Amino acid sequence: MKATRRSFIQKTALLSSAFVLGFDWFQASGKSVTLFQTTLDSGRFNAFLAIDPTGKIILYSPNPEIGQGIKTAFPVVVAEELDVDWKDVEVRQAHLDTQNFERQLTGGSGALKHSWDRLRKAGATARLMFMQAAAQQWNVDVSACKTSKGFVLGPNGQKANYGSLAQIASKLPIPTTVVFKNRKDYSIIGKRTRGVDNANVVTGKAVFGLDISKPGMVIAQIIRPPFGATLKSFDATDALKMPGIVDVISFKNKVAIVGNSTWQVMQARANVTCKYVAGEFESDSTHQKWFDEGMKTDKAIVQRKDGDFNAAILKAAKVVEATYECPFISHSPMEPMNFFADVKSDGTVLLAGPTQVPQSAQKAVASLLKIDEKKVEVELSKMGGGFGRRLNNDFALEAAELSSLIKKPVKVMWTREDDMSGGIYRPAARYHFKAGLDSAGNMVAFYLRGVGLNTGNSTRQDNFPVGAIDHVLIESVNQNSAVTTGPWRAPITNFLGFAEQAFLDEVAEAGGKDPVQMRLDWLARVKSNPVGKITYEPDRFIEVIKQAAEKSNWRKKPGVSQGFSVYYSHLSYVAQVADVQVVNGKPKVTHMTAVTDCGEVVNLSGAENQVKGAIIDGMGHAMFAKLRFNEGVASPTNFNAYRLIKGNEIPTIQAHFVDNGIEPTGLGEPALPPTGGSVANALFAATKKRLYKQPFDV
Amino acid sequence: MSIQLTVNKKKVDLEIDPNTPLLWALRDHLDLKGTKFGCGIAQCGACTIWVNGEATRSCVLPISAVANAAITTIEGLSERGDHPVQVAWDQLDVPQCGYCQAGQIMTAASLLKKKPNPSASEIVDGMSGNICRCGTYHRIQEAVKLASEIASKKIASTKKVKKSA
Repeated sequence: MKATRRSFIQKTALLSSAFVLGFDWFQASGKSVTLFQTTLDSGRFNAFLAIDPTGKIILYSPNPEIGQGIKTAFPVVVAEELDVDWKDVEVRQAHLDTQNFERQLTGGSGALKHSWDRLRKAGATARLMFMQAAAQQWNVDVSACKTSKGFVLGPNGQKANYGSLAQIASKLPIPTTVVFKNRKDYSIIGKRTRGVDNANVVTGKAVFGLDISKPGMVIAQIIRPPFGATLKSFDATDALKMPGIVDVISFKNKVAIVGNSTWQVMQARANVTCKYVAGEFESDSTHQKWFDEGMKTDKAIVQRKDGDFNAAILKAAKVVEATYECPFISHSPMEPMNFFADVKSDGTVLLAGPTQVPQSAQKAVASLLKIDEKKVEVELSKMGGGFGRRLNNDFALEAAELSSLIKKPVKVMWTREDDMSGGIYRPAARYHFKAGLDSAGNMVAFYLRGVGLNTGNSTRQDNFPVGAIDHVLIESVNQNSAVTTGPWRAPITNFLGFAEQAFLDEVAEAGGKDPVQMRLDWLARVKSNPVGKITYEPDRFIEVIKQAAEKSNWRKKPGVSQGFSVYYSHLSYVAQVADVQVVNGKPKVTHMTAVTDCGEVVNLSGAENQVKGAIIDGMGHAMFAKLRFNEGVASPTNFNAYRLIKGNEIPTIQAHFVDNGIEPTGLGEPALPPTGGSVANALFAATKKRLYKQPFDV
Repeated sequence: MSIQLTVNKKKVDLEIDPNTPLLWALRDHLDLKGTKFGCGIAQCGACTIWVNGEATRSCVLPISAVANAAITTIEGLSERGDHPVQVAWDQLDVPQCGYCQAGQIMTAASLLKKKPNPSASEIVDGMSGNICRCGTYHRIQEAVKLASEIASKKIASTKKVKKSA
């Protein structure tokens, strides 16, 4: 990738019509920007922004796009600092390139925070070099030059587009110091930028994982065992006789049906029978027993201790106690799991498909096949949602293993039933809270024990209002389950947030406090006299709380019952007020006000999408979603019985953003955790009935 | 078995198991992959296409049932991707992951054919059979409204042109 200037010039001489100025803008080495040779049709250069003589700008977006809008947001930042017209920018998805990218993954709402300075630097460096090139041409001082929409403007009315300056710019040394734009001059950042893939999506041209087709490719579906079961035998005699069936083969307790077309495979699959060795299978009753035991055990891990909770609770004027529970749920992205693998005879592997973590897929497949990682190439497709499910590369490993066994390129596809019964769920958890209030109704002692199945620490022990309370004890218990689990959008906090925010509402009620004022009083305490370690910024909390109260007309709406919640996760702050009205005799969440502090909003359209989407996601799953387990088998297995929220069940949502210019933080997840709480608290305000278990309507 | 049908105005002749759902005939046999598989039991709407102009779920529809019918998929909704619904979807930046949107768009375009100026509740009712896991519902509903406005303006401007001509 390292090119000497000589080779750069030589190449451009040969390919003058395709002359471009290329920059590494996202190097593995970190924050530096380097110049290298490339051509616009040179697909191997993943890590660049390039400008051709006509001024056309190509930006490769490295991070996997799962609907969070990163493929649009990253280039927005570069284009802003480069000072180009957004309509001249073309964005392409980069494939896995561990040499030139770092953190090429989607998870934890961390991409923008990580890359903010890098992206700005890449754009600003290129812009400065074009100005220097123009200044040299015009024999003027660079400080006398300006830029506008892809042009350098000189002091005497000179004007040159970036493309025409690319050749000269490529000969200049790369500046090491650049000045970023003042945010008041932003013309793209903070505005509404439409998704760069929209045109392909609305015409059906976007290629998702299931749409991948490669020469010689066969299709496979896999029968997976109940959780905890071992495959004893399978009978595929009839299936193998069916048209289009290539093979039925077993690996790792699974049976794969391989054929030429999807429908042929589906039909043959119905004719395969599997026998399993009976084991100690888990059922709902097992999980309930484990929760009970976890609540009683004296072996809990203390996650945080401030003051002396046990002594303080004995002296409390009032004690509030409650238990909350959240079930296993499926991620249910609209595109079921799938992956393509071709383990070739020359020892190289091509993987292609939807994954949030392509590098992990590369490593895992290399390790599985005992080959060098460099021999595994990963192409990224568009993804029909992720929500954390595609952080687990089980589907990529299945495809690679199967391809190595059948010696063919294969696309493994999961059906919806496979997706819902095949594991990697949100873990289930139970939480027990206890609060001690003084005679004035102030919480002086706070206790939480979280018992989670495969959660590790199911608490977030430093969560607000910890820091405002004198006596705190937070404990966790983990119980391993054979039911496979993994991160689900806003891991842990997506259900802990509900439990915490709903319990604090009970604390406010018991203490005779207003839920908003109670939190503001706590934050004032944190500012003046904090207890123990503080991991959040109280002023940012205060701002979202105050704005949410004001914009929602908190508890001043006649005929409307409101519930409040506020949460800090992924370095962002979100306060919510849910409105409930009684419609046709039934309480209905009719409106939601959300105020988010995620620092600088890069793309307002995308940001609104993330906040509204996360609220709908949080609300739908809190109200409707639950998987049941019987003898290691999950149910329901499809959308007829596993209810996802629909368009006639959503509240209107007002999404506001705090305008503070702080560097951007996460937004794919933070609006979700407070949602279960605001909804439960509003429903309580309307019905006087507390909701302790998700889903609410069961 | 040989089955003839018209897909996006093109006549096709398929040698295919007559029980094959139309979805898989489109995707695997005709390489029209814009129509998506979501649930396989007609619950989510990702596979929505038109049969003789009627929005229909293709994942449970045997191809034998649509012999000689005219099928329209997302690829055939407009020649240049400029159907008012497609334009509105882009203008309001509806898609997040985008996977369900072909089905949403085919449902919306069908709704507008029947009701060119739907009320807010008609839009909600008409679109609520299609699941969007990303939760783009607000913009879907707003985009249907916008599409109806774009379409009516188009009609108005066409009429104007005719008048002056």
